[in-house]
Amino acid sequence: MRFILRRLGFYLIAFWASITLNFLLPRFMPGDPVSRMFARTQGKMQPEQLEALRKLLGVDDRPIWEQYADYLHNIVTGNMGVSISRFPTPVTEVIASQIGWTLLLGGTALVIAAVVGNLLGILAAWRRGGAIDSALPPLLIFIGSFPYFWLAMGALYLFGVILGWSPLRHAFSDGLEPGFSWEFISDAGAHLVLPALTIVLVSVGGWMLGMRNTMIATNSEDYITMAEAKGLRPGRIMFRYAARNAMLPSVTSFGMSLGFVVGGALLTEVVFAYPGVGYQLLNAVQGLDYPLMQGLFLTITAAVLLANFLVDILYVRLDPRVRSN
Amino acid sequence: MTTFIEPSPSAPETGGESPTAAPASASESRLAGKSPHKPKQGLVHGLLTNTKAMVGASILLVFIALALLAPVLFPGDPSRITDMASLEPSAEHWLGTTAKGQDVMALTVHGSRSSLLVGLTVGFASTFVGILVGLASAYFGKFIDEALSLVTNVFLLLPGLPLLVILAAFLPPGLGTVIVVLTITGWAGSARVLRSQALSIRSKDFVAAAVVSGERAGRIMFREILPNMASIVMGTLLGCVIYGIGAQAGLEFLGLGDVSTVSWGNNLFWAGNEGALLTGSWWVFVPSGLCIALVAFSLALINYAVDEVTNPRLRKIKPAKPAAVVVGSTTGRSAAK
Repeated sequence: MRFILRRLGFYLIAFWASITLNFLLPRFMPGDPVSRMFARTQGKMQPEQLEALRKLLGVDDRPIWEQYADYLHNIVTGNMGVSISRFPTPVTEVIASQIGWTLLLGGTALVIAAVVGNLLGILAAWRRGGAIDSALPPLLIFIGSFPYFWLAMGALYLFGVILGWSPLRHAFSDGLEPGFSWEFISDAGAHLVLPALTIVLVSVGGWMLGMRNTMIATNSEDYITMAEAKGLRPGRIMFRYAARNAMLPSVTSFGMSLGFVVGGALLTEVVFAYPGVGYQLLNAVQGLDYPLMQGLFLTITAAVLLANFLVDILYVRLDPRVRSN
Repeated sequence: MTTFIEPSPSAPETGGESPTAAPASASESRLAGKSPHKPKQGLVHGLLTNTKAMVGASILLVFIALALLAPVLFPGDPSRITDMASLEPSAEHWLGTTAKGQDVMALTVHGSRSSLLVGLTVGFASTFVGILVGLASAYFGKFIDEALSLVTNVFLLLPGLPLLVILAAFLPPGLGTVIVVLTITGWAGSARVLRSQALSIRSKDFVAAAVVSGERAGRIMFREILPNMASIVMGTLLGCVIYGIGAQAGLEFLGLGDVSTVSWGNNLFWAGNEGALLTGSWWVFVPSGLCIALVAFSLALINYAVDEVTNPRLRKIKPAKPAAVVVGSTTGRSAAK
């Protein structure tokens, strides 16, 4: 219990830090974002829009502590302001309409990559020097060396443009109404395959190597020798004895990746024009939509922290040593 | 993005506990025996005879040479328009021309300068910060350790790519900004790895002896502890350089770098912007990406080799049962603390 409370305290501090960062960045950076935006929209902004933006970005003349208190109050009450590029939609609404796609894409890719990667790692460590162990790691390291967006664009070009197997952009075809019809779900699935596969391709190597290296250490434990001496089936030793005890670091990385799913799919979403929060973040940056930008960053951070907290709770369940402390 | 660009967090860490434990005790026993020989040469010699390390180093050297010789090989501004637009590779333009009519070969060779410079600078800067934080954490302990670990963990948790994007959006564009932003987002991982390693060395007897004999804190940290974790520092450095090169390319690809410089990331940004792939000009798009991949691959090979040379458990020969095995999952637990 103390462990959980400590962790909770830590995540609250981390969240506070990111809010403060968000607050300070526009205030201490050279140049005035409001006039930049005003110049860009060529004076087409409403006076009240301008006023709201001033307030959000701290270009008003109140003392900074008052602004800070105001800002914290707004965040805590879920008031993240109004999007500029989609005026007058509130930022929270814009985010809510997009986070589902990100979770779908990132979640699918993460689960596949973690399952496949860990299985490969287990097999590679179990048969040291076997086919999987000697051929796959260098290959995966090599693939992992390519810039992710480059691979994704290459895949889009090959499978989308040349072969025409995959749709080129967006999460579903244009004329389609989102809903729980078979037509829509299969269409969304078809749009999901290629982006998800590219993520799996580059991230599976990390999972595999991590699992392999931990499991090599586990394999030399005495209880493995003992299990062998008892004459247990190799499959049982491999999964129930060795892999089970080598899983813990993987669980930690799963937690971290789970959080990073929300922000991590940014490049994927940009390349495939997938309508998630990452794609929206880049659009917000390019359109100088500061309220949306800040809202997105906070949402992404909150998701990362939440995922990690959940894994911590899971950890207490999995690792008795944490409980005894 | 972390999943894509940053080196996998578990790989360097899992090996973390064992290397120093083993060499330290091994060298002690050797000194007691008849051959008082050089434990320091182990790493260098091991790397020189390691195929992976040699292949990696050769690829890297070729690129460094290209970067240094770029003004000689392709004099003049590489982004000037030299010929017709979108020409296929030919004898005159080995890699064809872009949609603007620039020579792709010149762009690629010149691009290596900025990419390697930023990658190496970011790598060294974040490793340096990581060493400072990690050593201070481990040496002073108590309150300082708590505070530094808190900051490190907060930075580790803040989502890297979105933070990069936000920072790059607010800071004035330029090469310096890219370096600063990448260092801010990149140091925390190395600090954590180096701290856990330094902690295990901090508890060794020779450090206690140094403390008792009244050596200054700085000397103990940099002359006693640091040399004993050279291999981890090297692994971290390589990982940070890979991260720097990849993240710079990603940032520039998103159009958030300094668009006026010639670098691999910017080449790809322009290729995407000019629709190189949609018009089928693959030659504009392939070379820069391949170069990033080759450099990152060569660094990863060297990293892999360092791991192999210093971590007896990962060597090819099936090891005899080690006398004392540090349970691998302890690293995972310390990470969760």
